[in-house]
Amino acid sequence: MATKYNFKEEMNKPERLAPGHRMCAGCGGTIAVRAVLRALHEGDKAVIGNATGCLEVSTFMYPYTAWEDSYIHNAFENAGATLSGVETAYNVLKKKGKIDDTYKFITFGGDGGTYDIGFQSLSGAMERGHDMVYVCYDNGAYMNTGIQRSSATPRYADTTTTPVGSQSDGKLQGRKDLAAIIAAHNVPYVAQTTFLGNFKDIHTKAETAIYTPGPAFLNVMAPCPRGWRYDASDIMTICKLAVETCYWPLFEVIDGKWILNYEPKKKLPIEDFLKAQGRFKHLFKPGNEHLIQQFQEEVDRRWEDLQYNCSRN
Amino acid sequence: MSIRERLSGNEAISLAIKQINPDVMPAFPITPSTEIPQYVANYIANGKMDTEFIPVESEHSSMSATVGASAAGARALTATSSCGLALMWEELYVAASNRLPLALALVNRALSGPININCDHSDSMGARDTGWIQIYAENNQEVYDNMVQAFRISEHKDVMLPIMICQDGFITSHAVENIELLEDDIVKNFVGEYEPENYLLNPNQPMAVGPYAVSNYYMETKMGQRTAMHNAKQVILDVAKEYEAISGRKYGFFEEYKLEDAEYAVLIIGSAAGTCKDAVDKLRAEGKKVGLLKLRVFRPFPAEEIAAALAHCKSVAIMDRTDSFSGNGGPLGAEVSQAFYNARTSVPAVNYIYGLGGRDIRVEDFEDIYSRLETIAATGQITDQFDYIGLRK
Repeated sequence: MATKYNFKEEMNKPERLAPGHRMCAGCGGTIAVRAVLRALHEGDKAVIGNATGCLEVSTFMYPYTAWEDSYIHNAFENAGATLSGVETAYNVLKKKGKIDDTYKFITFGGDGGTYDIGFQSLSGAMERGHDMVYVCYDNGAYMNTGIQRSSATPRYADTTTTPVGSQSDGKLQGRKDLAAIIAAHNVPYVAQTTFLGNFKDIHTKAETAIYTPGPAFLNVMAPCPRGWRYDASDIMTICKLAVETCYWPLFEVIDGKWILNYEPKKKLPIEDFLKAQGRFKHLFKPGNEHLIQQFQEEVDRRWEDLQYNCSRN
Repeated sequence: MSIRERLSGNEAISLAIKQINPDVMPAFPITPSTEIPQYVANYIANGKMDTEFIPVESEHSSMSATVGASAAGARALTATSSCGLALMWEELYVAASNRLPLALALVNRALSGPININCDHSDSMGARDTGWIQIYAENNQEVYDNMVQAFRISEHKDVMLPIMICQDGFITSHAVENIELLEDDIVKNFVGEYEPENYLLNPNQPMAVGPYAVSNYYMETKMGQRTAMHNAKQVILDVAKEYEAISGRKYGFFEEYKLEDAEYAVLIIGSAAGTCKDAVDKLRAEGKKVGLLKLRVFRPFPAEEIAAALAHCKSVAIMDRTDSFSGNGGPLGAEVSQAFYNARTSVPAVNYIYGLGGRDIRVEDFEDIYSRLETIAATGQITDQFDYIGLRK
């Protein structure tokens, strides 16, 4: 199924998200979208869904659209259900002989529209088995409305609804593990990825997701320079540190089997990931060492869980 | 050849849906509309229709998936009641503003709370400003006939608006009545194939649906919806005329029952019109000039036509099966009064609320209402502008 990955060839493909949209410079969301859409084989048509968020309001501002493919934005909480309807319509029209072409169905949602308000709609779409890919571009907060915490926000992050203050260390709760939750729906393909090196990991996973029949879910860590407070040019370093510290492990769940795609030779301490971002600045004040230690313990526990899941194959 | 049957309202509308054979139907169970997706799922399970059923996980998702299917180029519909419609509220606006000609089989039921499964119109009246066409029925025959006409109206190129086919929960949806059905091929020919102009799955022309529109553009989309709703008036009448030709049954914006020479009139929506007709017959036999206007089309609102039909009356009772808690009566009361004012009609009108949460309204209640109208006309005094009918003492 997967073709041999050639970075240069992939980068020279025509863009399916045209330039000229209004997303921020260095936005992880658009990098995720372009990387996923490059995995569509040339000639294959697609309908792209999108939950309300930065991506929607910045790429389809009437009367302009940056989307070369057919595209539908409905609302914040229903990208899963909306694409369910589109995909079902395709099946009927195909059965009735009204469409000859092959279409693929890919929907994008931020973590707010996916982990939180769109969670039920996503769960329903995955459970019903629609042939679609749901891509969460996870930047760990409601960035479109101004950096409010979501259930994807990491512990202790400083957000506008979990502000750090004299009585607050930021968000109290850890991240929801959405990839595992979707894997528990027993869908054929779930993967977690981010932007690394020559983008082979995200490309291969997107291609597998798109060309695996049935529902597939991709969780893409897509840093937001505004919300995470780092220099926009550092995005690749941030992603690498997330993986090397095991904060954001790369894995796949194929037909229920967990596969670890990368194991750091030397797992870096979580400080290396945290200290690069302004949202965790308060953790490095004297007296807050225990907070970093708690963060590390959580990363370690989750990493061990993942290793255990992957060892059972 | 028409087919004589005995069906409930839910059976009747499901049968109409089977004959229409739409492409996609997402739905979620809620009393008293649950039977509609059940009947449809059964037809599909037995190879009697080609429709794809999507058993969604909520009404919000059922309307979201219906929007997706319709935008994709499919003829799509769903069914719901009460809180289900309330959960769809956001999507009702999305469907209308995207100009998607989808349909909704609504079985009217009271909104919570307290939770109540019986009929009133608080659900659809709450959705009156969402930009949907709303057509109501008195009985099972009308439910069936309205459903068969639905897509012809909504898909008309001058309209392109979603349409809600409403019937009264339990009273109509579950009560079995005699009914005349059309043959399958007659319905099929009448409804025709859906040929959308722009749709997501058009291989020759990709389309983007659901933009972000700033204040420079938003208002024109609303004007477009207003124009479409205005256009729907003529289309509804034209489709009704065509429908009369195949069914022999006549429809318009409303039915006038012994209204022509009536001095005292009741204006009502839905199944209670049948009860009111009994009261009219009884009082007419006593020589009283009473009549009824049964409103079928609430959106678009036939304001001028209503005002003209009632202008000759000495007094009118506008009956609402919901309260809008405005302190100024119910929705129908407000709109009919405005219609009177704009038409310079000075008929004294009262606005009575009845039948909430399935409370019965009886022939005697209507007799009492007509007697009140007589008093109002005789004295020129209105003492009970916004009364509740049939309250426990």
